[in-house]
Amino acid sequence: MNLAAKDIRHNIGRFALTTVGIGMLLMVVMGMGGIYRGIVADATMLIDEIGADIWVVQKDTRGPFAEISRLPANLLYRVESVRGVEDVREFVFHTVQRDYEGSALRIAILGLSWPRDTGAWVSLIEGRPLVQNHYEMIADESLGLSLGEKIQLGKESYEVVGITKSMISAAGDGIGFVTAADALAIQFNTSGEALRLERAARKVRGENSDIGANMPILLEQASRASAELPAFSRPQISAVMASISPGVDPAQVIAKLEGWSDVSVYTSQGQRDLLLKGTVEKVRLQIGLFRVLLTIIAAIIMALILYTLTLDKIHTIALLKLVGAPNSRILGLIIQESLFIGVLGFGIAYLVGQRLFPNFPRRVILTNEDLLQLGMIVIVISIASSFLGIWKAMRVSPNEALS
Amino acid sequence: MKNETLAIATEGLSKIYGSGNTEVIAMQDASVGVKHGEVVALLGPSGSGKSTFLTAVGLINAPTAGRVLINGEVVMDGPRAMTNLRKFRRSEIGYVFQKSNLIPFLNAVENVQIVMEINGYGVAEARRRALDLLEELGVRDRADNLPSMLSGGQQQRVAVARALANHPSIILADEPTAALDSQRGRQVMELFAQVAHDHGAGVIVVTHDQRALDIFDTLYEMEDGLIRRAEHSESATL
Repeated sequence: MNLAAKDIRHNIGRFALTTVGIGMLLMVVMGMGGIYRGIVADATMLIDEIGADIWVVQKDTRGPFAEISRLPANLLYRVESVRGVEDVREFVFHTVQRDYEGSALRIAILGLSWPRDTGAWVSLIEGRPLVQNHYEMIADESLGLSLGEKIQLGKESYEVVGITKSMISAAGDGIGFVTAADALAIQFNTSGEALRLERAARKVRGENSDIGANMPILLEQASRASAELPAFSRPQISAVMASISPGVDPAQVIAKLEGWSDVSVYTSQGQRDLLLKGTVEKVRLQIGLFRVLLTIIAAIIMALILYTLTLDKIHTIALLKLVGAPNSRILGLIIQESLFIGVLGFGIAYLVGQRLFPNFPRRVILTNEDLLQLGMIVIVISIASSFLGIWKAMRVSPNEALS
Repeated sequence: MKNETLAIATEGLSKIYGSGNTEVIAMQDASVGVKHGEVVALLGPSGSGKSTFLTAVGLINAPTAGRVLINGEVVMDGPRAMTNLRKFRRSEIGYVFQKSNLIPFLNAVENVQIVMEINGYGVAEARRRALDLLEELGVRDRADNLPSMLSGGQQQRVAVARALANHPSIILADEPTAALDSQRGRQVMELFAQVAHDHGAGVIVVTHDQRALDIFDTLYEMEDGLIRRAEHSESATL
């Protein structure tokens, strides 16, 4: 006869409430792990999906995912000319926030190297890749934009031609894919008034200099659009991504590029590691500590609940001792009830989490490995938390059955 | 063999609580013998040492001095256990208390069944015997009821069935009729006599109930920790 099962059936309401409570607590622990996995997946998704072998970034910076990296756009052609490089793309990436239909819309803008890259590598759930150099966008579904919808960014509006799923930046913002030219236009969009003021200031600075006084024609040229002036640099890109030709050792190409004094070079894995050891590492530690704290709290609560349940059964335990029940039978009663609460709580946490987590603003990814790990932790804390109840049960004298 | 030796024998059993100025002699030099099939009543006022005697004989509280023999085997020699007490309690002693002390989450048959399972019976065999015992004690029809659904008398009958389950050599009952009306109380006492005679167990019943003393084979009285044999004719004054 299984005493634990009989006791649970007799006190089903109490056990159900306790188990649901523990389940909710375990769901938070589970969710914390899932949030961490989601952040890592979101953060590294772009690096993994974009399919570049090496990343060329501003000298002595850690690349666009760790800090600001500025490179001249023509670096693209320098890198392309290196032997062993099969393909190059510029990487333009920045985040914008706009008011859209009454709420704040944050878009991580990623520039595709048109026409080499039309976004064909992006997993579309609806629509198509880009087919023209301007005014088209592939948007992640988390942005809430629908196919055919137009959104104003800078001076231009962009039509959503494709919808992706789970294309999220490290910060959790949905990615909008446009051409690199459009991405730069959005990033360096300046109002007409600001341009006019800049031109006027440029002219005044020229007039106040000797060269302006000696060569008045320069003042006239200085007041033109900066894009028309050879002395002004073009908008800069964040990085250059390169693919290595088949059969070529990437180390050779990297060694060649590292000989250049204006760039640093990383492999995709290097960029991934930098990302994980940087911003994501702190998030990992933060969430990890929360997870540990919650696990400890769950263990303490379980211990207290089991201790209370044991106290309620003290008379029964004393009676069992009086009629000669071995300790193993009494321990079995307590540990089985503890495992019942823990394992069923874990099941509730999983089932409720499956329904709840998809509604979270950030992705929550439950991996089998994490679930197995948490399952083991639950079993361990279930057994550990029953020790207090067991300790109490072992101290009960059969005499107490007589009182 | 059971019929040739005493079911229970105590020799010079004493129990002293505390020491020095706080020393209390709860039981002193108690020597009693109970035969198989004999029903013994232990009488006496509150605080006279009846429960101390019962718990010492029941291997629950160790005596300070003296010996307890069950079926001729020394199981307690002073405070020293001469055997595995829990195992001995399991197989040789049946307990019935003032309150029935049934396990609240087990139904009547399970309350009887569990002590047999603890003693190594198979589940099916334990259940069959538990049902037979309930039948014998007239509560077979309440087998599936939880204790909370049984009357006081029914609960005591289940408790007696539980006490009998492992064919014990002795049954110890502490005020088993205290919670019952006189009619039910007498029925329970008659039950003890019946099971003692039918099952050959030695039965010791601690009781205040003067109305059913005629049922007992032997009477003992305790006062100030001393035990002495009493006659049925004395019972009115006890």
